Amino acid sequence: MEWETVIGLEVHAQLKTKSKIFSGAATQFGADPNTQACAIDLGFPGVLPVLNSEVVHMAIKFGLGIHAEIAEKSVFARKNYFYPDLPKGYQISQYELPVVGKGHLDMQLEDGSTKRIRITRAHLEEDAGKSLHEDFQGLSGIDLNRAGTPLLEIVSEPDMRSAKEAVAYLKALHTLVRYLDICDGNMQEGSFRCDANVSVRQKGQEKYGTRTELKNINSFRFVERAINYEIERQIALLESGGAITQETRLYDSAKNETRAMRSKEEANDYRYFPDPDLLPLVITADMVNAVRQHLPELPQQKRDRFVQEYGLSIYDATILVSDSTMAHYYETTTKTADGHAKLAANWIISELLGALNKANLDIETSPISATQLGTLVKRIADNTISGKIAKTVFEALWKQEGEVDHIIERHGLKQVTDNSAIEKLVDEIIAAHPQHVADYRTGKEKLFGFFVGQVMKASGGKLNPQQLNEVLKKKLS
Amino acid sequence: MHYKSLTEWSRELNNHAISSAELTQLFLKRIQQFDKTLNSFVTVTTEQALVAAKAADQQRALGKAGPLTGIPIAQKDIFCTDGVKTSCGSKMLDNFIAPYNATVVQRLQAAGTVLLGKTNMDEFAMGSSNENSFYGPVHNPWQHDYVPGGSSGGSAAAVAACLTPAATGTDTGGSIRQPAALCGITGLKPTYGRVSRYGMVAFASSLDQGGPMAKSAEDVALLLNAMAGFDPCDSTSVDQPVPDYTATLNHPLRGMRIGLPKEYFSDGLDARIATAIELAIQEYKKQGATLQEISLPHTTLSIPAYYVIAPAECSSNLARYDGVRYGYRCEHPQDLADLYKRSRSESFGNEVKRRIMIGTYALSAGYYDAYYLKAQKIRRLICNDFARAFAQVDMILCPTTPSPAFKLGEKTSDPVSMYLSDIYTIAVNLAGLPGISLPVGFVDSLPIGMQLIGNYFDEARLLNAAHSYQKVTDWHTRIPEGY
Repeated sequence: MEWETVIGLEVHAQLKTKSKIFSGAATQFGADPNTQACAIDLGFPGVLPVLNSEVVHMAIKFGLGIHAEIAEKSVFARKNYFYPDLPKGYQISQYELPVVGKGHLDMQLEDGSTKRIRITRAHLEEDAGKSLHEDFQGLSGIDLNRAGTPLLEIVSEPDMRSAKEAVAYLKALHTLVRYLDICDGNMQEGSFRCDANVSVRQKGQEKYGTRTELKNINSFRFVERAINYEIERQIALLESGGAITQETRLYDSAKNETRAMRSKEEANDYRYFPDPDLLPLVITADMVNAVRQHLPELPQQKRDRFVQEYGLSIYDATILVSDSTMAHYYETTTKTADGHAKLAANWIISELLGALNKANLDIETSPISATQLGTLVKRIADNTISGKIAKTVFEALWKQEGEVDHIIERHGLKQVTDNSAIEKLVDEIIAAHPQHVADYRTGKEKLFGFFVGQVMKASGGKLNPQQLNEVLKKKLS
Repeated sequence: MHYKSLTEWSRELNNHAISSAELTQLFLKRIQQFDKTLNSFVTVTTEQALVAAKAADQQRALGKAGPLTGIPIAQKDIFCTDGVKTSCGSKMLDNFIAPYNATVVQRLQAAGTVLLGKTNMDEFAMGSSNENSFYGPVHNPWQHDYVPGGSSGGSAAAVAACLTPAATGTDTGGSIRQPAALCGITGLKPTYGRVSRYGMVAFASSLDQGGPMAKSAEDVALLLNAMAGFDPCDSTSVDQPVPDYTATLNHPLRGMRIGLPKEYFSDGLDARIATAIELAIQEYKKQGATLQEISLPHTTLSIPAYYVIAPAECSSNLARYDGVRYGYRCEHPQDLADLYKRSRSESFGNEVKRRIMIGTYALSAGYYDAYYLKAQKIRRLICNDFARAFAQVDMILCPTTPSPAFKLGEKTSDPVSMYLSDIYTIAVNLAGLPGISLPVGFVDSLPIGMQLIGNYFDEARLLNAAHSYQKVTDWHTRIPEGY
């Protein structure tokens, strides 16, 4: 039997505001428990919420970023349920009328093709606090610092057909919110969280299968693993004659499995109704236009421009625009390198990113600045150093040994382009290996590489490879 | 001398005929003397009051006194008062010391008033008789075995018995106007959004509105001057300029068009109240107002709509009382469910529980459209009724309640008949309009009230009309025997 997977994602992006969505308390991560919670966050008697206008601004930005309808009037609703880390006994969210309506996001698949994922809606809501079940001798601790932190919940249509697609969509969304500067995207700290609705159906079948909702997947890697685990579990269950229960399942990354949390039968009736403490949120065309005017270049626009302007492949361009800081780094590098755009891209993608990854750093904390790397590329392009020597310079830059030209100077890394100097070295090597020379001349042409290596080694790698080839060929013939 | 009105006291203070310290002591003494019988206060803030009175006198000595500087007042125990117990009449909040001031408290404090204490009320403002208080019922000072009305019964009784010149109240379905009527004082429910709800413990957020209660319309106008106005902490407060409500009190009524809603003068109305209202109507005619019958056809639907919307909002507003962060917590909870269940069931009274259950039901999946949504539609119809009426008239006149105060215990076993005592006041809350109740006579030695209803933000007109009536009558100056 052939199965098809259907996936929809619900993403909670924590909005990057200084204060909470309905109070003036700070939103900074990592403060001592309950030090960033005011009477409003604690749900004291008599307190009232007042909407943080910055949150609305960010929601509009997001709406524009996914080409969505932005509601002229949206409504905050109360989602009622009891839990100790939910101080008011209800969460202020949006239900029937969300601030952002239907939109879409295009994502790049590994084979280079593009797929459009439809976004159903995005709505504003407040986060709950945290329950801490360890360290309290059988009791639970409650930290309400996070209570009232602004969230944008982004709900996709069930348009993804594999775990890989889900990850690609999630990455595209992650890139977008960071470009828009509305979310720091930190998945470890929970600023960008994802729940996945997963179901399977037989190929060709139109009706969706019963879905399960996976929670607690806090990295791109876990999203892929959790979904793949769940797909296999569902298929195995169906093939053995079982049925899927609609339920919420928790992903355990340590065991790489999903476990049932609660089924639909025990699901809460949230008794949504419009929050009478808040007026409907009205967004005028003027407000939208004001935001539109200051909208940054979005990832896809930037990618297309990189392809056009710099002649990059879509694949390379996609990597470079996946992070706005990296895109900026790339453009600075290219500019410093007098426009040697492809070479700059190669150095960033194959050398810099590899080194950063190995050292567990990112582009923002890179020890090599964009102008340094740009200068390095420039020196390769103008034949001051060879590509091979450039790697030595790169390593020196990484160790913060100074600027490119100084390093080249100090270590005498300048490429030798003087023909007589090259000839001299070649003559020495030929003299030292008479047998090899004889073998070569009788047809063992493979030995040519041996001579190149020897001469290069003797020169400390500083010869221009093309020049060396010419001289060697002449001398050996 | 204790029977003077707030306005009179203000004058006396201004003339240095009395100091705020003396005035405060006078009322503290009266509270001590009479409140054992009345039970109108939950907390008396003696020490703070004396300190505040002294400060007020100093302000006056510096020439910085306003009309309310040094005037003692009482706050309904629903307004959060920094450092003072704010119980809301509930066992749930019996141990709750508010950590901040409600905007109303802060504004009245800034105006120089002296807080005498916090007044008794129906638990979480749910009730029409003040019998639903954890601290026991309040007695009507006119006849002690009668209710003072509710939920602001403590405030009404305290003002009527001259234990304070004025008090604050809150009105969700009549909770200022009904007790004002039943205790023979003047009470105003402002337009929804006129007075900040910040720090006022919520019962039904879309209906709750705080307002002043005192002897006369003049007093109420002075208090409203201090209480009204936009508050950035309350998203539903309205950013509209606040006029000086005392400035227009004496405007002539000539040409004022007053509507008499026929539905408010029907079968359920006590004939003796009808007669008293008729006399008041004659008085208004004498002053040059024109009167005409109008219709508010959806009046009968207001009680059913109210008893869906108010409980629905209450069921959600009261969810925060879970025994986790403040308030009552049951002893030795076994687990989380047990903590919730017992903390709430051991500390909420029956009426509160009844409304939480009704509201939870009304909001539940499958019932929401039939109850909550339908009630909201009725609410719209009621608003339209008033909008049509105000196209024809400037003000609406009617009784505040269909009957005078009833006996303590008389309606406690019949909640629906209790609910019906708010029949003339509830629609005003559903529409968000301002309404004032003022004394209009007596029935069986119990005071009765007349209600004036205005268009949005037309409090000045209501106060003008009420004051014009009070200039030629003395109902509002009567003091219950023994006080």
